[in-house]
This record gives sequence, structure tokens and C-alpha cells, in this order.
Amino acid sequence: MRLALVHTRYQLLETVRIPIAVIGSTFFPTVSMLFFVVPFSGDDPVVATYATASMVTFAVMSTNIFQYGIGVAEDRAQPWDPYLRTLPAGAAPRFAGRIAAGLAMTLLSLIPVVLVAALATEARVSGPAFLAALGTVVLIAVPFTLMGLAIGYALPSKAATVVAQVIFFPLAVGGGLLFPPGDAPGFITAIAPYLPTRGAVELMWAAVGDFRVNPTSLVMLGVWIVVLAAVAGWAYRRDEGRRFS
Amino acid sequence: MIVARAVQVTRRYGEITALDRVNLDLHSGELVGLLGPNGAGKSTLLNLLVGLRRVTTGRVELFGGDPRDPASRRRLGMTPQETGLPPTLRVGEVVDLVSAHYPDPMPRAELLDRFGLTDLVRRQTGGLSGGQRRRLAVALAFVGRPRLVVLDEPTTGLDVTARRDLWDGIRQFHAEGGTVLLSSHYLEEIEELAQRVVVLGRGRVLADDTVDAIRGLSRVRRVNLVAPDLPDLPGVRGVERVDGVTRLLTTDSDQFVRDLVRSGVAFSDLEIRPTSLEDAFLAITSATTPTTAPPVTAETADA
Repeated sequence: MRLALVHTRYQLLETVRIPIAVIGSTFFPTVSMLFFVVPFSGDDPVVATYATASMVTFAVMSTNIFQYGIGVAEDRAQPWDPYLRTLPAGAAPRFAGRIAAGLAMTLLSLIPVVLVAALATEARVSGPAFLAALGTVVLIAVPFTLMGLAIGYALPSKAATVVAQVIFFPLAVGGGLLFPPGDAPGFITAIAPYLPTRGAVELMWAAVGDFRVNPTSLVMLGVWIVVLAAVAGWAYRRDEGRRFS
Repeated sequence: MIVARAVQVTRRYGEITALDRVNLDLHSGELVGLLGPNGAGKSTLLNLLVGLRRVTTGRVELFGGDPRDPASRRRLGMTPQETGLPPTLRVGEVVDLVSAHYPDPMPRAELLDRFGLTDLVRRQTGGLSGGQRRRLAVALAFVGRPRLVVLDEPTTGLDVTARRDLWDGIRQFHAEGGTVLLSSHYLEEIEELAQRVVVLGRGRVLADDTVDAIRGLSRVRRVNLVAPDLPDLPGVRGVERVDGVTRLLTTDSDQFVRDLVRSGVAFSDLEIRPTSLEDAFLAITSATTPTTAPPVTAETADA
């Protein structure tokens, strides 16, 4: 436990020393807030609140896909990880530290989005709703963390970077993150429930407003979590087998 | 007391056999050099002993336990061939991170002082020179007050002064009772530091003996001579021509001279010299057919 915290601290330190990495994943959602949400629906409290929840979901997704997908793949290419495994501790503290640091970075990446929403739009949440949203953020970080880990452990770093960049935008658009609830084009309404972003954003909408979650989206989110966990687990074990057995 | 041991260890990577039935006992207080060309299996053997890799068959022990069990590694310090220090972390932070894994680490200031890194404590490792980074990587092996340090080519990339400083550090650790297993390409380094040498070639232990015995046992001589065209003579290796001088190695210089004279070749400036350990070791490795040659030990060498 103490070692996990030590690793968390140094992982955060490593990330914070290259601030552009933090700015990168929050950039798109924040810019979307400024360019689309603020001018077009900023003065409608309900629409602005839903839009903010969408951009928060977007930020959670992209931060996790990028930080784990690219971060893990890059670490695997470095001899530092194997070196740490010659120290008298297993792989667990380092892994736990990575997850804890990842969660901290996720929350950090939401700050600009939430600030823009609070200062420049009419988006409002009650105290309990804010807490519910915070809890939901942690929950919906799970599938995207697993997705990032699956990418990071399965692919070399150059491929991981490309895959992360290729999938994050379609996942956002396809899941209906760029449209208000119930107002997406027909084909997106048709495919959205089968993407993990949809279940995630619907949970966020339900946390901050009066939104009824579509059971299909929720079940599919569960399916995604199981599948992504299986793929991440497989990729992790394969990597262990290649490098440490 | 045996600190680390490999018993009939075989390690395969797919089709490739990196280690083939290797035995090694490392006793407390020994300073052992591990010698061999690239691909001989040195790093594989070290990785097995520190728990990074699993044996295919056979057994490895570290302080009497399984090296893959973290508790067995509490008295171990390691410098891998490449460390890849996190570039954004400062020297002091890297030391603290590694320290946090040991129950009774050496104080940071003492460690940095010992390895001449005190002035660099605030520098990010990404900004260090290759030699400074290497010194830090080696220093990290000593953070946990180990009883055994395993150093995989510790002085690669260091200049002469830095290398000598590091040797002094290793000697000091050894003088205080520490056990050292180091691999090296610098034969000078092994001769300088080690009492015992283990020569690996194609995954097998070719020799395991004192530095003197290894040097003596091969009886390899370097021969220089000027000759227009050298016939094919037995026991001759590594023939090369430099500025009209033919240079070669032979395991039996007396026989070589007899053969040379008998061949009737006109030659001049014949020169026969004892060789460095490097030449001896090249001769041993190239002379070996991997499946038949038994490891050379003091007993077989004397026979």
C-alpha cells in the first residue's frame, strides 16, 4: 500500500513534468465547450448541463485511452519497468500506482471543462448531483481505462498512438457525445447504444439531469467492460509471458 | 554460504537455447566475473538469477529462495545492461523511489557521495550524460545495502576515470564483505576485479576457475610473423594480416613452429607472446562444439 502511493507520486510527477500531455487529452472537450456549447446552447441551463456532461464523458474517455494506451506501450519499450521488478516488490504496487495516478489525471483533465461550463454557460448542478456525477466519472473511467490498457499492452507504442487517435473521435461521435440527448442523427441513434461511450454518457446525463437511461446502452456498457477486461487481461498476460517468463 | 545458485539450468526462447544445463554456485564474499561474447547467455543467466525470467528446466536460487519471490530479493542490488531511467525525474527522486522498496536503505547523501553524484542531485536524468546516467544506474544497485550485487556490463560507456572510480566502489563493497557477480565485455575489467571467472559460450559454461587458471589453461599464444602466404596449419585461429604482418592465435605454439618450418614457407620476424584473457577466451569459445565439450575446471585443466 505504502509502495503503491510512492509509485502514484512518482507517476504523477513524471506526467506533470510534461504538462502538454495533460493539456492534450482535455484540449478537445474544452475547445468543444468553447466553440459549440458556449455560443449555441450556453444560455439554456438544461441543454448546457447535458452538453457539459457529454464533454466530461469525452474527456474521461480520451484521457484514459491516451494515457494508458500510449503510456503503457511506451513504458513497455523501456528497460525501467523490468529494472523495478528486480527490486523486492512485485508488479502490483507499480500497477496500482499507475491506476491511482491515472484516476487523478482523469479528474484533473475535467477541471477546464467544468470551469468553462460554470463560468461561461448556464449549466448548473445541485450539490448531490455533482457528487453523483463525480462517482459516475470514476465508474465510466473503468471501461476506458481497460480499453487504454488493452491497447497499451497489446501494441507497440507507435501503433498504440495511431490506434488511440483513430478510435477516440468515432467513439465520441458514434456514441452521440456531440449531440444533445434525443437529438442525434438517425444513424447515430441506431449505432450509439452499442458503443461504450453511449452507456457512459447516459449515466452522466442521468447523474446531472432528468434523463432515463436506455437499458440497451447500459447492458452493452456492461458487455464492453467484460470484453475489454478480457482483452486487457489477455494482453497483459501475453506481455508478461514475453518479457518476464 | 551460497548466495545464488543455478542448477542444471536450461532456458529456451522458442527454438533458441540461450542456456544449456548451466551450473553456477556463488558463495558469500566472492567477486565473480561472467565472460562471454554477445549471445553467449550472460544476460539471460543474470535475469534468471534476479527473478526477471523463468527457467525452462532446472532450478535457480537466490539466498536460498526463489528469485521470483520479492522477499528473496531484499538483499539483492542489480544494474541491468540498460536501465532507461525516467527522463523527467531528478537524480534524487530516482534514488528515493528505489530506496522506498528497501527496509534499511543507505541514506541518499551517502550513496550520492559514494558514487560522485552529489552535484547532480537536482538534475533530471534526461539531461545527464551517458556516463552520469550509467553511474546512477550502478549506484542504484547499492541503495538497499545489498549483500549481493549483480552488475550487467556496469562500465559500458564510461570513460577511463569514471571506470576506475566505479571499480574502486565495487572493490570497497567487496572488501566490506559484499558478493559481486558482474558480466563484462572489458576483459581488463574482469582481470582487474574478479578472482573467479565463469566463461559462457553458446549457452554453456566453458570454464569456471580463477583468473590465473583461465589465463594459463588455454595456453593460447599470439604469433606474429611476416610470410608471403601461410599454409593451412592445424590449431591456428584468428588469422589476420595487418601491414604485411600475419597475426594469428594458436593453442600450441611449439607444434605451430614445427609445422611452420616443415611447410617450407619463407618467413621472418617470428614473434610469440602470451595472450590476454580476451584472446584466450576467444580461442576457448571458437574451439567448442556446444554438445560435446565438458566445462573446463581446475581438475580437468591440470590433468
